[in-house]
Amino acid sequence: MKPPPFSYHDPRSVAEAVTLLSTLENPKLLAGGQSLMPMLAMRFVLPDNVIDINKIDGLAYIREGQNSLEIGAMTRQRDIEFSALIAQKHPLLREGILNVGHRQTRNRGTIGGSLCHLDPAAEQVLVCLASDATVTATGPAGERAIPFRDFPLAYMTPNLAPDELLTAIRIPLWRPGHGYSFLEFARRHGDFAVASAAVLLDVDAGGIIKRAAVALGGVAAVPLRMDAVEAMLVGQKASEELFRAAAELCRAVEAVADVHATVEYRQHLAAVLTRRALTQALARVTP
Amino acid sequence: METRKIAVTVNGQPQTREVETRLTLADFLRHDLGLTGTHIGCEHGVCGACTILLDGRTARSCLTLAVQADGHAIDTVEGIAPNPTDKSAPMHPLQEAFRDNHALQCGFCTPGMLTTIIELLRDNPEPTGDEVRIAISGNLCRCTGYQPIVAATLDAAKRLKAEGRKP
Repeated sequence: MKPPPFSYHDPRSVAEAVTLLSTLENPKLLAGGQSLMPMLAMRFVLPDNVIDINKIDGLAYIREGQNSLEIGAMTRQRDIEFSALIAQKHPLLREGILNVGHRQTRNRGTIGGSLCHLDPAAEQVLVCLASDATVTATGPAGERAIPFRDFPLAYMTPNLAPDELLTAIRIPLWRPGHGYSFLEFARRHGDFAVASAAVLLDVDAGGIIKRAAVALGGVAAVPLRMDAVEAMLVGQKASEELFRAAAELCRAVEAVADVHATVEYRQHLAAVLTRRALTQALARVTP
Repeated sequence: METRKIAVTVNGQPQTREVETRLTLADFLRHDLGLTGTHIGCEHGVCGACTILLDGRTARSCLTLAVQADGHAIDTVEGIAPNPTDKSAPMHPLQEAFRDNHALQCGFCTPGMLTTIIELLRDNPEPTGDEVRIAISGNLCRCTGYQPIVAATLDAAKRLKAEGRKP
């Protein structure tokens, strides 16, 4: 038994969870447990109170909203993987999910848990950033909508007050037939990405890029939205030369070095993955 | 020490125990129920040896608290054979295929491999070799090598199909 001692709470409603978060000393929320449990086992975190939100009804759903997808924070990654609605409306999310851990971890892991854990290499985080998602945080004062661009504050630090929990994710949809691509480089299947790229792309009948979203994961302390790359693409005619030139901008990102890769290698991967993702996204555009 | 009473169904048998709230499901199965078929390797969700089926879906029992299993059904490697208490009774076709294809040497990873592959074959009764490799990507084997495990899985899929059985 490796986890440190803690008091265990299993609220049945979001309101009850918020009350526990605001009143208990040093609490930690337990969602799917695929990150918190290892951190407890390694004693990276020593919470006095663990609040298990698995027994709260109504936080696990996938539904279509107003030109958007609405996903409950406690929706299991497996349910996203097998959702026909997501495969049809937002294939980038499905493609990203297939790179998340393994079947055993996706059966338990939740999208909300991953977003709040906010590992810079996390696939769901990257898809939400590329998709201009909005997340809903619920606290004592009620609900607060947070554009996903404003959600990562620093390395693994979400824009949540200590007494707030993430309850929902809203992802605006692109036109059916848009291009998409999620590519990552990892040492083994299911490992954390050394670098990853998520791309959404749309072109008109003449091949002119109407919309582009490019995001990089695993490269820096927080996932990056590549505004400069997007600005270089939109309004131009899609071509391999343009993609190569735009992707080269990724070499300038402030990358991090660790045991897996140097700064220069991550910058190189960022450029290569971005170029390949743009090419694949373009090939997937249908009128 | 904080404890709670939990009621679970393990391999079809109802079980009630008082457990410490920080006890992992893996330790609960091994120490409280004596079901040592579930192996513990890394204890932080990397090796896959402790994989069990929680309500029919694989989960790493080292990443689940015993208290979270309250009210749920768990299947361990001990429950895979149709008649696990009778040693002369036939094993599950997947277990037979593992034996015939030399898919285990030391056997440490085997319980996690078997539970993982049972779920794979339920989801996808005729997987390709690549699909098997992806399915077992979360299970580390340090001695047998993955090739015989992939071969055994493909063989088991054939046997199940021939027998008209569900895994």
